[in-house]
Amino acid sequence: MTVEINQKKNEKEILLEVKGLKTYFPVKSGFFGKTVDHVKAVDDITFEIKQGETFGLVGESGCGKSTTGRTILRFLRPFAGDIFFGNKDITKLRGKPLRDIRKDLQMVFQDPYASLNPMQMVGDIIAEPINNYFKNKPKEELKAEVMDLLTKVGLPSDAYYKYAHEFSGGQRQRIGIARALALKPKLIIADEPVSALDVSVQSQVLNLLKELQKEFDLTFLFIAHDLSVVKHMSDQIGVMYLGNLVEISNKEGMYEEPLHPYTKALISAIPEPDPRKKKQRIILDGDVPSPINPPTGCPFHPRCPAAMSECSKVKPVLKEVKPLHKVACHLY
Amino acid sequence: MNGNASTTKDSYLLEVKNLETSFSIDGKLYNAVDNVSFQVKPRQIVGIVGESGCGKSVLSLSIMKLLPKGTGVIRSGEILFDGIPLETMGDKEINSIRGKDISMIFQEPMTSLNPVFTIGFQLMEVLLNHHDITKKQARQKSIELLKSVGISRPEKLVDEYPHQLSGGMRQRVMIAIAIACQPKLLIADEPTTALDVTVQAQILDLMKEIQEENDMSVILITHDLGVVAEMCDEVIVMYAGKIVEKTDVDTLFYEPKHPYTKLLLEAIPKMDEEVELLSSISGIVPSLKNMPEAGCRFAERCPMAMPECKYITPILASVEDGHEVSCLLYDQSEPKEGVNA
Repeated sequence: MTVEINQKKNEKEILLEVKGLKTYFPVKSGFFGKTVDHVKAVDDITFEIKQGETFGLVGESGCGKSTTGRTILRFLRPFAGDIFFGNKDITKLRGKPLRDIRKDLQMVFQDPYASLNPMQMVGDIIAEPINNYFKNKPKEELKAEVMDLLTKVGLPSDAYYKYAHEFSGGQRQRIGIARALALKPKLIIADEPVSALDVSVQSQVLNLLKELQKEFDLTFLFIAHDLSVVKHMSDQIGVMYLGNLVEISNKEGMYEEPLHPYTKALISAIPEPDPRKKKQRIILDGDVPSPINPPTGCPFHPRCPAAMSECSKVKPVLKEVKPLHKVACHLY
Repeated sequence: MNGNASTTKDSYLLEVKNLETSFSIDGKLYNAVDNVSFQVKPRQIVGIVGESGCGKSVLSLSIMKLLPKGTGVIRSGEILFDGIPLETMGDKEINSIRGKDISMIFQEPMTSLNPVFTIGFQLMEVLLNHHDITKKQARQKSIELLKSVGISRPEKLVDEYPHQLSGGMRQRVMIAIAIACQPKLLIADEPTTALDVTVQAQILDLMKEIQEENDMSVILITHDLGVVAEMCDEVIVMYAGKIVEKTDVDTLFYEPKHPYTKLLLEAIPKMDEEVELLSSISGIVPSLKNMPEAGCRFAERCPMAMPECKYITPILASVEDGHEVSCLLYDQSEPKEGVNA
């Protein structure tokens, strides 16, 4: 571990690299359950995350952002493409090697009410991942470690003996974060970690995540639908639409000069907490189409205010149109 | 201007006076809404904001008289709609107003439509209840209503079931049902919380359009201050069942007074600002059973709290024209009462 950290200080290494990732879910039909079609939840996406940075993944519900996270964790089997984690191809890992690599990949879930076992004491919830990997750890040592984690995430030490239902939503999310930290992972995938929380609590949890990132040199894949939250948290941002990454940029580029019409619409749709600012909103028509039958060409063309004739025929590829700013759109 | 109505009748559509709604927990009554007073003028959009558990939804259910029977009761106070008291009405009387003059949109478009009836049936139900029309006319009217909320193929949609629609479409249907009888007051409880931002923008635009067209008043309950800034004329900030600040929307965002309001505004990540850490409010809203007996309910979490905040209960008082705050920091007239928090 320490060797790697020292190495990283000099140059930011790429920790996670996703290449042409596709995750399809089969649609089965008939008596024999023949696969008749696929839900193309994630359809050919490519991005990378540097060590110690936060990559924010935004998009509306059903755009495939959670599926992307789950595929990287290998909860789901990719249909095609490669996932490299720290230069190691983890796309096809199974059994023990996969189990070993998962130690470095942890997840914080969206729903702090459903992701904690109501029958387990908080101490046991946090200790479970450690128990899984280090079976013979002495009890006292394990307990000390859990206590340490509790203080790190800002919970009182008597939380150890309590149950999840005794905590508020924000505190539960802290428990979930402590559990994710227990194995000292390198990458944490946070799937909508604050969307179930009130603003005042949301800011507590976001601050905590940022502090922990500094302290442990963590890398985050931060999945959210709230663009202002993503902007606050991320270094790089990717915008997803219908299983495709339509734009990737650093956050300054994304918010100051969004290129893709969808990103523009998305940013303009956020209600600004300022009554004197009357924004010109781009209102999109209709809803996100079904990922079973995505539109031909650009997946966004049926709702796009700037659609041209070629948009319905040729699918645009993600290309760098400005330094460090990639977009998949025929306009550029 | 009917002689028997109160003097405020022509200026206020809805007037809530000292409302207390309580829930019985283990045989004891706890106030979820505590001494709340506010007014809604015709054609006004009033926003109610606050964290979860602060009593926003209970307040709206009290006005609609939809509190869960047996556990929730209106303990005291008055609700005057167009000068008519609602709080003493029986089920039959309130039914002639509910859905007709006051209607409501709920948060969850997924669960607030009945899954076993068609969209058309659910729309016609409201129309047939309140108007003397035939089924055929009701169906025709339903189609028109669906068209007015921006649904592109209303003739087909009337015969479809809720599960066939997306979240945004369902919320449009909910709005169509709510405005079917051209209500004077629409209560929208977190109408866009379950929706994506681009769909939220569509629905907010639609609501504003309908409000202007029908000269409707709206009570908009939300936790999203962005939605408030965009939609509302007046804003009420609630904390732990009480109103802590009440003012017009511009003042709220530019000259907030109550520490809770200020913290709430600072806690949202802003699009045009870059900060390393967000400001946050420590602690959580006290639960109904753990409400402090006396003193300010926010004192525990308040960075500006003074020793007297713990035992003197602040009252909502005017600090400027049309700007009311309930905080000892701004209290010229020291309240004498130290009870009934």
